[in-house]
Amino acid sequence: MLNNAEMNIEKRKEGEALLKIKDISLSFSQYVSGLRQTELKVISSLSMEAYSGEILAVVGSSGSGKSLLAHAILGILPSNAKLLGKMEYKGQELTQEKKEELRGKEIALIPQSVNYLDPLMRISDQVIGSVDERNAELMKQTQRDIFRKYDLKPDVDRMFPHELSGGMARRVLVSTALINSSKLIIADEPTPGLDEKNLNETLSYFRDMANKGCAVILITHDIEAALKISDKIAIFYAGTILEEANIEDFKNDGENLRHPYTRALWNALPQNKFQAIKGHQPMQDEIIDGCFFYERCSRRNELCSKGTPQLKMIKEGLVRCNNVS
Amino acid sequence: MSTAATINKGLFRGLNLRQKTILLISFMSLLLIAIVTSSVFIDGGSLSTDFGSKNLAPSLDHPFGTDWMGRDMFIRTLGGLGLSILIGAIASTISTLLSVILGLLSSVGKIEDSFVSWLVDLFLSIPHLLLIILISIGLGGGATGVIIGVAFTHWTSLTRVVRAEIKQLKTQDYIQISRNFGKSKWWIAVKHFMPHLFPQFILGTILMFPHAILHEASVTFLGFGLSPHEPAIGIILSESMRYLSAGYWWLAFFPGLSLLIVVLSFDMIGENLDKLMNPKKAQE
Amino acid sequence: MKQKKFGIFIGKKIIRLIILLIVVCIASFWLVEQSPIDPVRAYIGEMSIQPEQRAILEEYWGVNTPSHEKFFNWAGNVLKGDLGISLIYRMPVTYVIKERFTASLILMASSWLLSGIVGFILGIIAGMKSGSLIDKAIKTYCYVLIATPTFWLALILLLVFSVYLGWFPVGLSVPIGLTSEEVTLFDRVQHLILPTLTLSVLGVAQIAMFTREKLIEILSSDYVLFAKARGEKGFDLVLRHGVRNVALPAITLQFLGFSELFGGAVLVEQVFSYPGIGQATVAAGLRSDVPLLLGIVLVSALFVFLGNLIADIIYEFIDPRIKQQETTT
Repeated sequence: MLNNAEMNIEKRKEGEALLKIKDISLSFSQYVSGLRQTELKVISSLSMEAYSGEILAVVGSSGSGKSLLAHAILGILPSNAKLLGKMEYKGQELTQEKKEELRGKEIALIPQSVNYLDPLMRISDQVIGSVDERNAELMKQTQRDIFRKYDLKPDVDRMFPHELSGGMARRVLVSTALINSSKLIIADEPTPGLDEKNLNETLSYFRDMANKGCAVILITHDIEAALKISDKIAIFYAGTILEEANIEDFKNDGENLRHPYTRALWNALPQNKFQAIKGHQPMQDEIIDGCFFYERCSRRNELCSKGTPQLKMIKEGLVRCNNVS
Repeated sequence: MSTAATINKGLFRGLNLRQKTILLISFMSLLLIAIVTSSVFIDGGSLSTDFGSKNLAPSLDHPFGTDWMGRDMFIRTLGGLGLSILIGAIASTISTLLSVILGLLSSVGKIEDSFVSWLVDLFLSIPHLLLIILISIGLGGGATGVIIGVAFTHWTSLTRVVRAEIKQLKTQDYIQISRNFGKSKWWIAVKHFMPHLFPQFILGTILMFPHAILHEASVTFLGFGLSPHEPAIGIILSESMRYLSAGYWWLAFFPGLSLLIVVLSFDMIGENLDKLMNPKKAQE
Repeated sequence: MKQKKFGIFIGKKIIRLIILLIVVCIASFWLVEQSPIDPVRAYIGEMSIQPEQRAILEEYWGVNTPSHEKFFNWAGNVLKGDLGISLIYRMPVTYVIKERFTASLILMASSWLLSGIVGFILGIIAGMKSGSLIDKAIKTYCYVLIATPTFWLALILLLVFSVYLGWFPVGLSVPIGLTSEEVTLFDRVQHLILPTLTLSVLGVAQIAMFTREKLIEILSSDYVLFAKARGEKGFDLVLRHGVRNVALPAITLQFLGFSELFGGAVLVEQVFSYPGIGQATVAAGLRSDVPLLLGIVLVSALFVFLGNLIADIIYEFIDPRIKQQETTT
């Protein structure tokens, strides 16, 4: 029997969601000293959806496995990774073969840093990517047009990645997603260490893409940056998403937010109460039965320590918490 | 670098990588120990000349055939391998001691450090084989010449490893604290660096072994090493050259193959020990 | 700017080389002085001579002069480009070395190229298919080769191809009894094939293993991950990103292998009676030809130095990544 909230979720999923992720979990097998094998769980029961024309920000602290979520969507996980659960793209199941077919065409990744560019390949070849001899001329033209739009001068074409300045590198990386006119764009931590002006500029590129009808997933640790341009914010915590809230919910004391952790994050911002939350995220090798936020939650009860809370639809947003209704 | 993975099938199917690695190391070690012990117990009788059975091709009686004096090549080979392993062991040990001393010396100060790296460069500037020949000539040849020659040319890579390890250790907090307590540099080197580096030394010695054995055999083969009266593999093979055109292939084939197997065993023991100690290399 | 930097770089290298050669001279001279070598005996061989003649020869070879004086005599001549007279060939050492080294150079260069190319290709295949059967086969092949005694492999090839199949001559670079003008190119090539094969078969292992490891490392790098995310895959991806990034380090390694190459040449030339510098080394060592031996030591040091120098130049001036580190740090 589905309860009311779950039925609501089903309803919302219909129609327009470009990418649906349902209850995926991701783990790695590893060798440790003495060649003993262990399992490391990085993502568990994670669900989220991305819609065309919208920016969905996935916000979580650094090093919590957010990038792996992007890699899982693109099917570029290392061979010792084990991915369970279901993904759908345009209503069709997104299998590994499908991912390989779509990536670089309909689905694009904007990587974190210049390290994701081949150090020995010139920028224009790199942005154009691997193309047929016949299309080379056309692609070169497209690349030049995009570069002009981003104010990248012709001499940038012939540069190597290490010759780019920080701002140039950022624009080059964004260009790689535009050249194939992708429908789903996943930007992995695109704003680290940018000053106010560059930050706003970079964010505006994403707004631009969404306005043109792309679905943008913005993976970041910077909730303030996410709040500036996103339509929805998904809170990533200990390998799962605790809440997916609409941007309008973030106001006042955060009374519209559904999960205690989201509220705590909101209140920790300097312009709000500036109150830090005690404790730390569970380690990846800790085995947790129950809500991942249990240890730090002020509203926990007995039920919370037993089993992961159900995903519920509350006020147009999704949340995994037993204590909201 | 999973050599263990090459025996992934059949007999070893049920075992995990750790068990397979340990099994492989034990097996190889057993093989080598068997060679060394049996070479010690070889009695002169079976090596006696018997012109009645000279230049025999391999058979059940003489699995490796016999030479022009009717000596059993299997026994000779076994003796030669034992000798090679012995010389390799002595040379590698001396070489490791040199690396330890020079590695620690480089940790003492800037001048010492650049002296050590200059010394490394110097020893790498002449082809190894030529340097061993030179040293061997300088010492008047014989076992001492080869041992010292091999020992003095194989310390460079381990010294580099030791240097790098120490450089990394130096940044650790407890070393800083020790220094602040006014402990002397040698005290820190011996008390803190040595215990940490000890496994590296053992591993380094084992990894050095195959090179040492090969170089010893090469130099002996060329005529600069052990005297022709010793039952060394290099001597056996250099003798065999005279009988090649006569078609006595077994004189060269089996002794060389046995040497190859011994060297390979040492290589595999070293590689797999390395893998046990540094699990990152097994991640593939 | 770049030229100036290169000038300084070369200048430093030359100073290093000079110091190196001086130390090598002193050390190797000292080593052979330690040995119980009798140059007169080495010169006359097994002949018996009158005591007076012996005294003249002893005078000539400076048997009774103190070591340091002998050294300065020798070193002084070396500075003038005179390495002395070879005792066994009875010709100037410079001439012997020139002749022999040219022969060896052909052998070393051809096997160097062959092993480099074959090793690189094997390494790329193994790294690309890492974990597969073909990877395991290549890896096993390399492991076995690394453990193979060079001279034994030479013996086996000689046995198979020369003794049994009779495809190649058993020894000597040129047929006996012909002057060098009469030797055809075919003769030379025929005598070169087996030694080259032996040397390169062994050289393959190192470069293949290195290329394999490096390629695996590159294939797990962020930029290959991104290339995959952009739809590149398979052999195209390896060509576009793998080969591009492995090539320079592999070439550098190949240049750093001059020392091993020389050692291998000594052994191979000995087995195949190839009249190169390696064979001359063994002869000089065994028959106590001190001037020739010292000359060869100097030349081999130069040879190894040259390889290292080229490797350094590739590393510092050709690889574009290095330039970056200098500007950012």
